[in-house]
Amino acid sequence: MTPKLVPIAALLAAALASPAAFAQKKYDPGANDKEIRVGNTNPYSGPASAYGTIGKSIGAYFKMVNDQGGINGRKVVWISYDDGYSPPKTVEMARKLVEQDQVLFLFQTLGTPSNTAIHKYMNAKKVPQAFVATGATKWNDPRNFPWTMGWQPNYQTEGRIYAEHILKNNPKAKIGILYQNDDYGKDYLNGFKDGLGAKAASMIVKEVSYEVTDPTVDSQIVQLQASGADTFFNITTPKFSAQAIRKAYDTGWKPTHYLNNVGASVGAALKPAGLEKSVGLISTAYYKDPLDPQWKDDPSVKAWEAFMKKYYPEGNLADQSNMYGYTVAQTLHQVLKQAGNNLTRANIMKQAASLKDYRPETMLPGIRMNTSFNDYAPIESEQLIRFDGQQWQRFGPIIGK
Amino acid sequence: MTRRQLIPIAGLLLAACALPLLVSDYRVFQFNLVLVYAIALLGLNLLTGYNGQISLGHGAFYAIGAYCAAILMDKYGVPYWATLPVAGAVCLLVGFLFGLPALRLEGLYLALATFALGVSLPSLLKYHHLEKWTGGVQGIVITKPEPPFGLPINADQWLYYFTLAVAIVMFLLAWNLLRGRVGRALVAIRDNHIATEVMGVNNAMYKSLAFGVSAMYTGVAGALGAIAIQYVAPDSFNIFLSIVFLVGIVVGGLASISGAIYGALFIQFVPNIADEISKAAPWAIFGIFLIGFVYLMPMGVAGAVRMAVARLQRKAQNGK
Repeated sequence: MTPKLVPIAALLAAALASPAAFAQKKYDPGANDKEIRVGNTNPYSGPASAYGTIGKSIGAYFKMVNDQGGINGRKVVWISYDDGYSPPKTVEMARKLVEQDQVLFLFQTLGTPSNTAIHKYMNAKKVPQAFVATGATKWNDPRNFPWTMGWQPNYQTEGRIYAEHILKNNPKAKIGILYQNDDYGKDYLNGFKDGLGAKAASMIVKEVSYEVTDPTVDSQIVQLQASGADTFFNITTPKFSAQAIRKAYDTGWKPTHYLNNVGASVGAALKPAGLEKSVGLISTAYYKDPLDPQWKDDPSVKAWEAFMKKYYPEGNLADQSNMYGYTVAQTLHQVLKQAGNNLTRANIMKQAASLKDYRPETMLPGIRMNTSFNDYAPIESEQLIRFDGQQWQRFGPIIGK
Repeated sequence: MTRRQLIPIAGLLLAACALPLLVSDYRVFQFNLVLVYAIALLGLNLLTGYNGQISLGHGAFYAIGAYCAAILMDKYGVPYWATLPVAGAVCLLVGFLFGLPALRLEGLYLALATFALGVSLPSLLKYHHLEKWTGGVQGIVITKPEPPFGLPINADQWLYYFTLAVAIVMFLLAWNLLRGRVGRALVAIRDNHIATEVMGVNNAMYKSLAFGVSAMYTGVAGALGAIAIQYVAPDSFNIFLSIVFLVGIVVGGLASISGAIYGALFIQFVPNIADEISKAAPWAIFGIFLIGFVYLMPMGVAGAVRMAVARLQRKAQNGK
């Protein structure tokens, strides 16, 4: 080859090779050959700071992943800011993450009001708001908000699960319902009625609500008891769950008592109510409870314990939120693995929307995640649990989709 | 105003106008919030700095202003700029009415009464009979205004200029109000209310008016804040906001108009800096900053700037 032809040949070679190279690696801001930048907001301070441990355990999880070589050779850079559970702060921090820190996407931003505040912004910017940490139903709206996706079973799904159980076991039940008068309570209520279908009108004998600002729910419980209900669906947050459990027991009302997952915390609701008064409560679970003795020798729970000791030693082993954080982080790990070298924002959403029978080891056996372009609700099944006076016991099959 | 005072103000205005063209949209948004806080702090300073009435509840007026704007835009389709006078008027009225009974309360007792207002407002916003308007805990999402007349700037920049214009008007009004009779009466009431009464000043009227005007400023700021954030919810206006406002005027400088700007810069940026220094204890770092500021600049940033300028001028004169 004459010297003149060398550059031409090189150009030709480059032209031929480049389409293949482009097909292999595609990046949006926040991703390159070395790293994937993931943004998050969490309430590390303020009224909901108990949840802050979720952000910390996710950060610890990706530290472990990076120590093991990262994902497809790239390190995950976890950038998590405190929003104090204040929506204006969430807006500011989300904009900082997207516009200044140039993250590829947001993951597990926590809180219904906080996520509502950035919902429009994220979708206008076309930056994924992936696997948000709230159970509201509105995150499953791919048609209007294709860049936002939930993760945990939403409140309507859970409401439907209790309805299904009641229809199967006691089709003649007379149901009394107590719910918190806000979007959370109404989400549960709608799902529950939807689950009962045409029988809802005849089976529900009494519906009463309370305000978060109410001091007690004692009078509501008395009303429900007086209605002659034999089944009680209790849609309350922990403080009110404790009051309702205690009052229902003390008045001698002995209904079949369904308690929503939100209020099913042993420490925050059942202990204050009295463990002996909580015997027989029915609720739901979808991931493994680290305190449950049946998982004592379970390899995935053991791996979680080892992870906690090495990467998050200051974290509380009795706090279920740390198991939650670990489990949701595994889901993101899977999505990023699937995305391979195509790290565009569109592909992150595409991969998140194509989970097929995926199950992190720390989820309950039999619960699988499935998503599609029309279904942005990853976890749609749960298992019922019953309180035996000491801890929750799982029973029956996995219910849901 | 002397020429010496005009030059720095003109410089500041020029810098404020040039800013959006020089920094990223995210920074423009942050400075937009600084302007919003500056208006709110100016309002609180009228009441606390000039008139000596301590309020721990100004977050409530900020919230009322924000909800006025959000409800008008969302339910009635009112354009964003038209919501400001309404928010201001509503807060003026609410502040004046709250000021009437609060007159009987002095010092700490007034602080507690306003604290009660700040603490109770978020729960009131969740009250279910009001839900039709307030949206309950879910709050209200509003749309960001687009720049009018086909201006070649984006929505963030436009909103910044809009807020800047409102801020300039509000600052001019406050300056005009404080340098005359009214300002003197307010300060005199703060310094010795009995002597003031003897001189024939209607204490009750002035104190209630101070409350009303102060609330109006904070309400207008709340409306601008809601438009910038595009969302209002009860959780946005907890009692901490009221306390942060008080921190802002003390750090910026009590009884100082420019202090509102310094205080706004402080409450906007120092928590972020603190969060970057320590994830584990951001508020402890914030506390250290706060103690540092209060210790090193006991008259606030505005006071420190004033002293520094005076010292420089003395030096210049001695040098001559």
